[in-house]
Amino acid sequence: MVKEIALPEDRPLKIVTAWRRHLLDWFLIWSVPALLLALWIYFAATNQLNHLFPKPEELIKTTIRFIKDGTLWDNLQISFLRAAAGLLIGGSIGFLLGIATGLWHRADQVLNTPIQMIKSVPRLAILPLILVWFGIGETAKVVLIALSTFFPIYLNTFHGLRSIDPGLLEMGKVYGLSKWEQFRDIIFPGALSSIMIGFRQSLGGTWLILIVAETVAAKSGIGYMATNAREYMMMDVIVLSMIMYALLGSISDWLVVRLTRHLLRWHPNYRR
Amino acid sequence: MAGYPIELSHVHKFFGDTQVLRDVTLSIEPGEFVALVGKSGCGKSTLLRLISSLEEKSGGEILIKDSKVEKVDADVRFLFQDPRLLPWKTVLENVVLGSPERSEEKARQALREVGLEGKEENWPADLSGGQRQRVALARALVGTPKVLLLDEPLSALDALTRLNMQRLIECLWQHLGLTVILVTHDVTEAVNLADRVILLEEGRVALDQSIELARPRTRSRDTVYYEHLILSHIMGEEADALTEEYAI
Repeated sequence: MVKEIALPEDRPLKIVTAWRRHLLDWFLIWSVPALLLALWIYFAATNQLNHLFPKPEELIKTTIRFIKDGTLWDNLQISFLRAAAGLLIGGSIGFLLGIATGLWHRADQVLNTPIQMIKSVPRLAILPLILVWFGIGETAKVVLIALSTFFPIYLNTFHGLRSIDPGLLEMGKVYGLSKWEQFRDIIFPGALSSIMIGFRQSLGGTWLILIVAETVAAKSGIGYMATNAREYMMMDVIVLSMIMYALLGSISDWLVVRLTRHLLRWHPNYRR
Repeated sequence: MAGYPIELSHVHKFFGDTQVLRDVTLSIEPGEFVALVGKSGCGKSTLLRLISSLEEKSGGEILIKDSKVEKVDADVRFLFQDPRLLPWKTVLENVVLGSPERSEEKARQALREVGLEGKEENWPADLSGGQRQRVALARALVGTPKVLLLDEPLSALDALTRLNMQRLIECLWQHLGLTVILVTHDVTEAVNLADRVILLEEGRVALDQSIELARPRTRSRDTVYYEHLILSHIMGEEADALTEEYAI
């Protein structure tokens, strides 16, 4: 920032230029989405859209209808619950195993090989196996999500624990911290920034896997809504489903970023 | 609240096949301020780590107030070269860690003693290097230890901050009556602060010199005399030529 040593009479002018700059920033950031939106509305209004594109008013009407009859809410809820359950189960297991292997060399020796073996199989390649084992019920979807959320949290927890400053651990020793205090005050907070990175990656993976699981085998949820709409060429519902996924993904990501910023507020890099 | 005496007899330390301490025998009086000097790798830091039981000795005996040093003890505190504050805890929370009963009140008191009143709720990242080291000093003193071990705690600070810290340490030492062992490679610092300067060379005590000068000490003919004496031991023959210029 340039230091402003402006005299009082220059002030209003400065504010105006600042506003202009702000407006320009805002305009540039939103220019492409706004242009696409405008084109869409223009082509719809001039009847140049074929049946592969929904019309804006159709989309809005369907959205209102789906909100009114509860379809949207029910499907959102079930998708959200699947994601949350999978994330909770996979994340917890990943976190606990990451802590075990990060703290104890023996645990690392025992667990590293099987975990690496499972990790090398692409998550979606396991889908057929999971469908055979768990059917197309809720369990299959939760298991699939849990499996994909496990790895980022596991790996980042492990690396977070391994990269703790040994000087701080030595300090803890000199000051007579108990094992539990060492974990609570030094090891866990030291690994937290890494764990949160893993959590955010897991969250991204969660939505991706959820979409696949709900598209392939489901009788409810946003993915089902989209698959079902495809059968009847209901383009507005397909687009609505996409928007819902985008909203779920971005809102949850935003929440995790906020949470990370709060938890790591001591860290200069995470301050605004 | 006097400091504790420290007795070392025939202390040895090996790292693998390398012997870093050879038959070190020392007797440190209660409340004495001792400086350990020597070239890097002479074993001075190792000796300090043995006294605090951060490392285990390979042979010999270390007694603090007539009891054997076996595990980390709240009466013996250690100040590292870097402050080693927990960045995710506030200044006050960091100092609380130093108090065996985790007393917040004592931590506030210790922060006042090192002149950091008003910084309690700051994050360590927001402090200057000197302030951080003062927080570490408060953390070391909050449990009212009887022995304070300083492992070059001032070497990373700029010259002015360093002088301030030396004053502060001297002041707190006089006030609290602790036994202090300061490891330093700065002979001037050693002569300014210590009652006694011990020179280690290749793991042996090469010189044990009392400094009998009034405090607070400022640079004078007398301090220069002692600096010259110690430096000439460290450097051997070549030092005489080098230290000529120190003589005023």
